[in-house]
Amino acid sequence: MKEFNIYMCGVGGQGIGLLAEMMIRTCSKAGYEVKGVDTHGLAQRGGTVVSHLRIGKKVHTPLVPPGQADIVIALERLEALRAVHTMMKDEGKVIFYDVRYQTVDNRLGTQKYPDMDEFEIAVKSKHGQVVRVFRDDVPDPRMQNVVLISELIKLEWIDGFSKKFVVESLTELMQGKGLEKNLKLL
Amino acid sequence: MKKFADMIIDPEPWEGLIMGNHALARAMFEAGVKVVTTYPGSPTPEIADAILSVPVYKRPLHFEYATNEKVATEIAFGSTINGHLSVVFFKSVGLNVASDSAVQLGLMNMVGGLVIILGDDPGANSSQNEQDNRHFARMAYIPTIEPATPTEAYHAFHDAAELSKKHQIPVFLRMTTHVCHAKEIIKFGKINTAEHKYETLFDVKNGPFLPITKSVFPLKRKAIARIAAIEEDSENSKFNIIHSPFGSDRINGKRLGVISSSMPVLSILENLDEVKQPVDVMALNFSYPWPRKKVRSFLKDHDEVIIIEELDRIMENEIKSFAYDEDINCKIHTRSDSEDLMGELGPERTWKIISEVWPVEFPVKETTAASSFTNHRIPQMCPGCGHRSAFHAIKQALPADAITVGDIGCHSLGFFKPYNMGQMLLSMGHSSGTAAGLSIGNKTRKVLGFIGDSTFFHAGLPAIINAVLYDHDFTLVVMENGTTAMTGHQPHAGTGEIGEKISIDKVLESLGVKFLKRVDTYQQKKLTEYVKEAMDHKGFAVVIASHPCMLKFMRGQRKKDSYTAKHVIVDQNICENHNVCLEDFACPSFIRNDDGKITVNEDLCIGDGSCKQTCPVTAIDFDKEGK
Repeated sequence: MKEFNIYMCGVGGQGIGLLAEMMIRTCSKAGYEVKGVDTHGLAQRGGTVVSHLRIGKKVHTPLVPPGQADIVIALERLEALRAVHTMMKDEGKVIFYDVRYQTVDNRLGTQKYPDMDEFEIAVKSKHGQVVRVFRDDVPDPRMQNVVLISELIKLEWIDGFSKKFVVESLTELMQGKGLEKNLKLL
Repeated sequence: MKKFADMIIDPEPWEGLIMGNHALARAMFEAGVKVVTTYPGSPTPEIADAILSVPVYKRPLHFEYATNEKVATEIAFGSTINGHLSVVFFKSVGLNVASDSAVQLGLMNMVGGLVIILGDDPGANSSQNEQDNRHFARMAYIPTIEPATPTEAYHAFHDAAELSKKHQIPVFLRMTTHVCHAKEIIKFGKINTAEHKYETLFDVKNGPFLPITKSVFPLKRKAIARIAAIEEDSENSKFNIIHSPFGSDRINGKRLGVISSSMPVLSILENLDEVKQPVDVMALNFSYPWPRKKVRSFLKDHDEVIIIEELDRIMENEIKSFAYDEDINCKIHTRSDSEDLMGELGPERTWKIISEVWPVEFPVKETTAASSFTNHRIPQMCPGCGHRSAFHAIKQALPADAITVGDIGCHSLGFFKPYNMGQMLLSMGHSSGTAAGLSIGNKTRKVLGFIGDSTFFHAGLPAIINAVLYDHDFTLVVMENGTTAMTGHQPHAGTGEIGEKISIDKVLESLGVKFLKRVDTYQQKKLTEYVKEAMDHKGFAVVIASHPCMLKFMRGQRKKDSYTAKHVIVDQNICENHNVCLEDFACPSFIRNDDGKITVNEDLCIGDGSCKQTCPVTAIDFDKEGK
């Protein structure tokens, strides 16, 4: 298969680190050559947090160049929209968990939080595809990442991205009750 | 599957998906490193995490979180002249702190070997600048290797350790943020499990270790000779190679080449994949001293060469002056746009640089117009953060024209709106010195500085002592959260996790601080009062504004079986939309709804209740679970 790029994003504290780790491990198990990189540090404190995953034999750098993401996986609506504008390529795909974390400016009332119309327009202008995910039976907001992954399995956007490999990855990364709860969500 | 802690120390070779920083820890175990020191700083703290994942009784080396980078460097120096292979690592600006001692190391014999790992940060992802530490290599006569990938980092550590032992010289392993944090599959080697005895091998005959007048010139002479000798290692290094993915044919009668180092090499290789042009790329990842013979023949073999390096013009200047001296007839191009001296050089940026020189082979691309998307998300303090309560309370005490001095730590975020506190920032621990300067001759405006508890010990004390001595007229607020929060909750001298806790109060008392108060930041009224009193006090005054890091606290709570989530709610019957919780206190858990109503985001709220007191009509209360 040809090279492709996955860009993940969310708000600090949402569990993007685990999402990224699940994605890179699962893709590796599915037989792809993988390179990835997370952002760490200051941004984790309630700022935008991103992670890059690049797949294929001819990939050299782990960073997805701007406007070159085939797939965007986002844990929050505004961050998903930002990624559609800056990172998603034309005819790219975006899947996002629809929670809304307002920014300082949204709360101060100096800027409006984007509505779904604005989202649809942005995706359409790039001839992209969007999948909105929300479930009201998620026991802990930090498990929204696993919900997204389970949707991603069903979508079959990535060849070989199977439940079997996701379960294997999760089992490597977690243990005990946390693991049990997450496996149940899958 | 084995746990990470078992794998990182597994004596047998293995292969796995791993981050650059973690690969360095594995390399240390394999290379037989005996002493590792650091002060936490991005992008390097995960090196320590990997080492510390191995329990002490299984850990084949001594690890230490030192008070600051200079102390860490000195410990590593002491241990290497005792014969132990040693490592010190820190963030890019950590080298500034360490430099007073670090600049001496290249002059002396590192008996057991010493590798200094630098976490440089092109793009200033988590630093106050993007300084190019390759300058220090030249100043301090320290050879430098700059790996581009986690695999290279792993091998470069081994090479650096070998080089250091061979020449008894310190070696910089210069990592950058996205090499530290990149993940890929790496094949590891064996760990030698032979038991190491910590023998005390210090002998003055291995010196001199005293750079006094008589020995300054012999030491410098030796350092110069050593760097010259190491050029041969650089010539033979596997890190200095030529990539010719599409052959080396002429393009329009000319042979074209690019010289680069570290991550930009990868970007350029991606550019070549796109156009499949026969351009040769010389990677100089063993970048100091660089191999003159190899570079000479590369320049002679090519009609035109572009030098593309990240950050400052170091290779550009050195290679151009070399080509001038050698009278080499090769057209050397360098970056023409000074904007290209900033930030990381990803494929889209190296393309731009190359296309400015060879627009036929690398057609100028329409740059995606800078996105008009302006809904920025600036970082902010976590829900329940004690610093938020502190800033909210201190703001009530401050006159409008007060001057506030920030410092490094999570509380630096107070600079952002709506708090806007901390109007200047230089470095860790600068606040007391800068505040003292602002107070001199100043009879009109109050001066207030901030400092974190880890920074208090790191570099805060000298300026505090100075403030006591001169009784400078300003107020220092110690923003104590009981950890080194920003970099991932490492212990410090005041936490009691390493040795016996060193009390900040007692230190300040014994220094003779005349005005000293301590208060939990959730007691906002009291904190406001104390800060007012402190500012009324003529001379140096300290308020310790303390509350444990709630991010760390909540992580502990959530692991407990008995944990149930708590939240606050806004009683819509009482709320009069004063919006203090939303706009002044500004906890991210509050939501402004389109109809003006304020509600609570339960995904974010931790039910700490520090917001309750900010509501003028007491409309905020705990929900049922919280009561």
